[in-house]
Amino acid sequence: MVDTKVDLCGIALQNPVIPASGTFGFGAEMAEYYDLNVLGAISVKGTTLHPRFGNPTPRIAECENGMLNSVGLQNPGAEHVVKEELPSLRRRFSQPILGNICGFSIDEYRECCRLIAPHVDLIELNISCPNVHNGGMAFGTTCDGAAAVVKAVREVCDRPLLVKLSPNVTDIVSIAKACEDAGADGLTLINTLLGMRIDIRRRQPIMANKMGGFSGPAVFPVALRMVYQASHACHIPVVGCGGVQSAENVVEMMMAGATAVEVGSENLRNPEACKKIVEELPEVMNKLNINKLQDIIGIIE
Amino acid sequence: MPTFSVRENFPVAADVWRMTLVGATPALAPGSFVEVALPNCYLRRPFSVCASEKNSFTIIYKVVGKGTEIMTHFAEGQDVDVITGLGNGFDESRVRRKALLVGGGLGVAPLYQLALNLRSRGVKCVFVGGFNSEKDIFLRNEFETICDEARYTTMDGSFGHQGLVTELISDVDYDYFYSCGPLPMLKALSKVALTSGQLSLEARMGCGYGVCMGCSIETAQGPQRVCKEGPVFDKEVLLW
Repeated sequence: MVDTKVDLCGIALQNPVIPASGTFGFGAEMAEYYDLNVLGAISVKGTTLHPRFGNPTPRIAECENGMLNSVGLQNPGAEHVVKEELPSLRRRFSQPILGNICGFSIDEYRECCRLIAPHVDLIELNISCPNVHNGGMAFGTTCDGAAAVVKAVREVCDRPLLVKLSPNVTDIVSIAKACEDAGADGLTLINTLLGMRIDIRRRQPIMANKMGGFSGPAVFPVALRMVYQASHACHIPVVGCGGVQSAENVVEMMMAGATAVEVGSENLRNPEACKKIVEELPEVMNKLNINKLQDIIGIIE
Repeated sequence: MPTFSVRENFPVAADVWRMTLVGATPALAPGSFVEVALPNCYLRRPFSVCASEKNSFTIIYKVVGKGTEIMTHFAEGQDVDVITGLGNGFDESRVRRKALLVGGGLGVAPLYQLALNLRSRGVKCVFVGGFNSEKDIFLRNEFETICDEARYTTMDGSFGHQGLVTELISDVDYDYFYSCGPLPMLKALSKVALTSGQLSLEARMGCGYGVCMGCSIETAQGPQRVCKEGPVFDKEVLLW
């Protein structure tokens, strides 16, 4: 019997497989396909303080081995999430929940965290949002911007605090270190890469918002590289995310330095993707002579 | 995900194909849709159910890009991964005695099973189909057989009335309407229709089962997902 358990910031996960925020809603739709309790944890839909409709449609474009999205953080707002979505998820899911929070100002991040944190097991801070008080520059693209929001949220967050990093930066290691120094308990990387597609017949961008986040198997090597760099530069756990579609990918992410692994876009083409990966994991471990998954974290020097 | 097998796959109009798949499924509701996985395409493709009975369903698709081009090469007996039973479907109980069915282009497809079901409930159906040209028309014999009346409009006048579907409904006697087609047609129809009705929307989707929020629209009842709360919406709920 292989051991798939991992410890993420002091929270025990029965396995490292976590559906990534924004690809799993609050679990209700996916529960129509399988019992969610096979998962290691769930990262719920990114939540802002107030309800958001998000960006105009079309919001989705397909690519070779991946996709773009410009959903724009559509969500029902923190109050509704606390009152309806999280209690409903708790009723059907007894494993840890990551509350994914977003904001457009430091005050909004703090208030959102204050509302969500008591109802989840970990907070995952999405710092890829534009700062409306700083010309729309995303918090997560500078060390100072990232550190400021992490520090402010840290003060009001009594849960383990993961910071989800944007890959759209010059030096991921300096941002990762800035977040660690500002009090992060762990890091999730990567968020989507900024991309674009054009409908050459209509001579128009495919998405109404022109640009959007690129995800899917095509980004896996980029995510893996950043997980490797950040996990070796920092002393806090890293959650790997980006293009994961198999149990082999999970193992590869963990060898690069990930303590747990999020599965994103794959949930959008196969509602049972995470279940399948969880089920295949022991078999893949056996094949690779891995007894304890925790032992392979960061074995690549 | 469930595997179905291609029973037939053939062209029925210009760049329009009809595919029937067989496999374990209950009869699928008219207005509901399926998501087909395609080789070498990252995302599935959504198609409305044109006809369905226990253990089989038929879709009509137009060849518009890489994905649908691949589908034309699906051979009889080939296995296809399909998620079925998505979306809400038409509410057949809304109509009392006489239904108006208005389809535009590919939007005609989901009205076929609806017409079959309504007829078996004893509802009289008048079908109005709008196409660009005669070469785009499909299921003509079928609608003429199962509906009490079938009317056609084409933009170029090559078949039926030349013009828009809305120009052909003023003398129809109906107590409820059902429609599917391009957004401008649905919008125009909602304005001229004298009764309440249901409209099936098309949208670019990511997943098709409600988790990606790719196909959301603003409605009188707040944000709704075309794939989950829809694709069929009441006329009064849509904000034009």
